[in-house]
Amino acid sequence: MLLEIQDIHVHYGKIAALKGITLEVDEGEIVTLIGANGAGKTTTLKTISGLRPLTSGRVRFNGDDISRMPGHKRVLVGIGQSPEGRGIFPGMTVEDNLYMGAYARSGDLSKELAEVYELFPRLAERKTQAGGTMSGGEQQMLAIGRALMARPKVLLLDEPSMGLAPKLVQQIFSIIVEINRRGTTVLLVEQNAQQALQIANRAYVLETGHVVKSAQAHALLDDPEVRAAYLGGGAGGEAAVAAAPAETSVPEAREAPDEE
Amino acid sequence: MLRRSRPFDEGDRYVLDSFLNQFWPATVDGLSLGAIYSLVALGYTMVYGVLRLINFAHSEVFMIGTFAALLTVELTGITSPLGTVPLIAFVLLLALVAGLVSGGTAVALEFVAYRPLRRRGASRLAALISAIGASLFLQQLFALVVIPWMFDRPKEGGRLPVQSADFVEPVNLFSIGPIDIRSDKLIIFVGAILMMVALDMFVNRTKLGRGIRATAQDPETAVLMGVNIDRIVTATFMLGGAMAGVAAALYLMRFEETEYFVGFLLGIKAFTAAVLGGIGNLRGALAGGMVLGLIEMYGSAAFGSEWRDVIAFSVLVLVLMFRPTGILGESLQQARA
Repeated sequence: MLLEIQDIHVHYGKIAALKGITLEVDEGEIVTLIGANGAGKTTTLKTISGLRPLTSGRVRFNGDDISRMPGHKRVLVGIGQSPEGRGIFPGMTVEDNLYMGAYARSGDLSKELAEVYELFPRLAERKTQAGGTMSGGEQQMLAIGRALMARPKVLLLDEPSMGLAPKLVQQIFSIIVEINRRGTTVLLVEQNAQQALQIANRAYVLETGHVVKSAQAHALLDDPEVRAAYLGGGAGGEAAVAAAPAETSVPEAREAPDEE
Repeated sequence: MLRRSRPFDEGDRYVLDSFLNQFWPATVDGLSLGAIYSLVALGYTMVYGVLRLINFAHSEVFMIGTFAALLTVELTGITSPLGTVPLIAFVLLLALVAGLVSGGTAVALEFVAYRPLRRRGASRLAALISAIGASLFLQQLFALVVIPWMFDRPKEGGRLPVQSADFVEPVNLFSIGPIDIRSDKLIIFVGAILMMVALDMFVNRTKLGRGIRATAQDPETAVLMGVNIDRIVTATFMLGGAMAGVAAALYLMRFEETEYFVGFLLGIKAFTAAVLGGIGNLRGALAGGMVLGLIEMYGSAAFGSEWRDVIAFSVLVLVLMFRPTGILGESLQQARA
């Protein structure tokens, strides 16, 4: 297992946010966490990346216990994150934001930079623009591209579809598939359960700090309880965009229109 | 009431005349004083940008810098005034020593007075109280212990000003029209500007500088990028302290004396300059310091020097009423600088 979360409890003050979450992510997978607001999805990601201290439980990465490792060192072992709300440094240019992604590394970064620009041609066009003046979709691309600059083994994505128009959501999801196809493991937190379940291999359903279900992603798409709670109840499954094969979806991403 | 109806009375004429007569000298004095304010203001603004903390003990970082410079003058045994070129070299030495001592003091403050509070998740208010406490502690420590010991004085002597040897011979280097440019004031102005340009380049062009900006803009995301926040905070205190140390060396050259209380008013003025320029903004500290220095000197020229502080702080209040974010507005969080 690349990433193992073992019975973690996390508190904000006296309030318990995570009440014993256990989950695993294997190398090469896309795993998604779905659930309502306040279920603990973001806290789980923040705990993995070391922003929130554990009350109890363990986080293991690549076989090592990293429960006590400070957050800034976890980037170096291979955990990259695109945070909730994107976390773009507003006063820095696009390129400076990307260099921040590789802050923990040293040496030549031209290869990583070229790769990110290839994946997100839009960012190449906006190199010198201040991050804070970009559209939501562009900021999301920048947040993902920035995380990739550190060459993470696992990429944690917190609500990449938040606030984006459906067409752009589709584009971001096909890029996630492509990133995974190129060898990066993905742990995806989403409210947009429909889309997330379609690209994921496996999924965990979180409710108020607990894992209430875990299964193959396609199985959850057909699960009546999950459908009722997270997929809008109806038979929307076919209407949504299927996870497009990466080969066709990425050129499409490149030519994407400006809109959000 | 009759008086009021006259548009321009004798008193007004006096104020205007005296202002016009002293306009150019006041400009020169204002810029060299403003340069010192600006350098000290950088320390307030950088720490605020990264930690959202007003480091009120920064005035004592400056004070300790003046004593480091003074002690260096004593140790080199200089007793007669230096010509312009040797003076520049000597001031560089003073700035280096005072910069290191003040930078070190600022870092020590962070380790003793602020970091332990942050570790325990204390509120910003607690850190502020700790800052004020550290400021008073250092003042009294110097008055009661350090100054009497360092200058071999009786205990009561600690509160008296300490003169340095007379190592500056101010000469008029040249004149631009009616403006006489004196060597010591020019050294202050040029020295301060060079330091600020260097700091600006450091923050905008180096990796550590990028880390400082990232931490100021979004500390949590900075951690996700692999930024060690503790190291950034240490660097920020070091840089801000070093700037105050350079200011202290320049101050000592200009006034040739210092005392345990020297940082108090100057610190408040520098803090005012930082707020005036837009706190958190490096270039704002420069602008705020210069504006404050000029206002003080123009104000003294017009109304007499006893009004200088009243005028300076009135302007601060007025500016903030109409532009609460200061002259340059944006902060280290949003701006590139």
